[in-house]
Amino acid sequence: MSLISMMGALEIGLIFALVALGVLISFRLLNFPDLTADGSFPLGGAVAAVLIAGGHDPWLACGLAAIAGAAAGWLTAWLNVRLGILQLLASILVMIALYSINLRIMGAPNVALIGLPTVFTPFISTVSDNAWLIQPAVLAVIVIIAKLLLDAFFASEAGLALRATGANPRMARAQGISTDRMTLAGMALSNALIALAGALYVQTQGGADISMGIGTIVVGLAAVIIGETLLPPRSLWLVTLATVLGALLYRLLIALALNADFIGLQAQDLNLITAVLVGLALVLPKIKSKLRKKQGGHTA
Amino acid sequence: MMRADNLFKTFNPGTPLENPVLRGLSLTIESGQFVTVIGSNGAGKSTFLNAISGDIGPDSGSLFIDGQDVTRQSAWQRAGLVARVFQDPLAGTCEGLTIEENLALAMQRGQGRGLSRAVKASYREQFRAKLATLKLGLENRLGDRMGLLSGGQRQAVSLLMASLQPSRLLLLDEHTAALDPKTAAFVLELTDRIVSENQLTALMVTHSMRQALDHGHRTVMLHQGRVVLDVSGAERSRMDVPHLLAMFEQTRGEKLDDDALLLG
Repeated sequence: MSLISMMGALEIGLIFALVALGVLISFRLLNFPDLTADGSFPLGGAVAAVLIAGGHDPWLACGLAAIAGAAAGWLTAWLNVRLGILQLLASILVMIALYSINLRIMGAPNVALIGLPTVFTPFISTVSDNAWLIQPAVLAVIVIIAKLLLDAFFASEAGLALRATGANPRMARAQGISTDRMTLAGMALSNALIALAGALYVQTQGGADISMGIGTIVVGLAAVIIGETLLPPRSLWLVTLATVLGALLYRLLIALALNADFIGLQAQDLNLITAVLVGLALVLPKIKSKLRKKQGGHTA
Repeated sequence: MMRADNLFKTFNPGTPLENPVLRGLSLTIESGQFVTVIGSNGAGKSTFLNAISGDIGPDSGSLFIDGQDVTRQSAWQRAGLVARVFQDPLAGTCEGLTIEENLALAMQRGQGRGLSRAVKASYREQFRAKLATLKLGLENRLGDRMGLLSGGQRQAVSLLMASLQPSRLLLLDEHTAALDPKTAAFVLELTDRIVSENQLTALMVTHSMRQALDHGHRTVMLHQGRVVLDVSGAERSRMDVPHLLAMFEQTRGEKLDDDALLLG
């Protein structure tokens, strides 16, 4: 694998680290199985692409994309806590609705950004081609800032209330926490991160496409699960670190699998590899604990 | 002070599973009074407690805590008035959070939660001092996850959490039922100490008649969703478990199966 293709994998890995942090909030901290990501990721991409193509500042475009994502997450949570629709179903409804909304926003199945200024433009040299290095570097800074801000938030009173809401809602209510409000806010935060990732994604790919969201949630979940097997969940800053590393490792594994010619895999096999990897990551810890139990049984 | 007026609650109304649990329950508890509640299975003890805490809403009747009408308030809204310890040791704390994080959650009970640090340095000192009074060595384990603690330890911490912030009413829902006898005795002793030190108004549901008579100032018996017996003062201090049983049978005019109530 060449250095350029490895940096490419790192770049996408960093973008999906933001998705993974969002998935961590919904699936793990709030205990809310949320598939909105497949709609909120392209939503962020669509909003950012249309704004940038319209001549607006790319950072402003990222901010508005995140707000749009927050609205999508809030809507999913609202369908659940106020209307009592099952969590998974509520998120599928919003995801499906977003497909139409994204088409409306873009006005066409795709929006090109080639040659337009992005958040990376000010850092890219006009004489030598250093985009392959600059883009991952800028993304790394964004991911580190996001991780540190999340760590600080989860150590705050409100952040702790959010974690209690997911861990033990009855106890949270007994401590005076409105679990409904916390779920609404947490889901908004989760999907804001995912939409921000979508906004950055279209800027690295040179355009937005209506089908760019397919499988987002699976990739995010894969990163979270790989992260959980990497580092012990001793404290929350370790968990967020593991999630970021999980996203990077996952993209590197995919790149390796696609680059290894002798396996015969091609780019169109990506989703198949994803499904197999997530399946393995889900099953391996169970096999591991089973083996450990067996060994324990022999020695005892 | 807590006043429950004519509470009614029926589960699954209009179905074959219709179950009227509270049938006009009224009870007034004066400030500083520690009341124990007994009754057979299905008498409505837990439903009554859940109605007071706001986990379930009564079909009719009203509920006042400290003169405030809380009948229509949800559990989180009245958390500033009511503190509670659950029957299940796992229910009162978050096992994924550390001991100090759990205590910090209870520190803010009934208050707004902002973006300032949840576990403040000044809190830590307070937590250490409070945990030391439990004599379980937990004061040196602030950063340990709650899930590492035994049921008894968790119940002791739950009690501590309930007393971190002032409350108008402390609800104890058979909080020693899931513990072994020795740990149960420890937690009960701790309960007595915390209630008397903080002069709390408390309501303790128990399955054991012995416990009901040995703790608190007043004992109330529920049967079929109503208060059927209410003893306090000299009458109560002269009372023994067989007396209580006899009085119960007399009041209800029916023979009570000994198995229906656990004699502690």
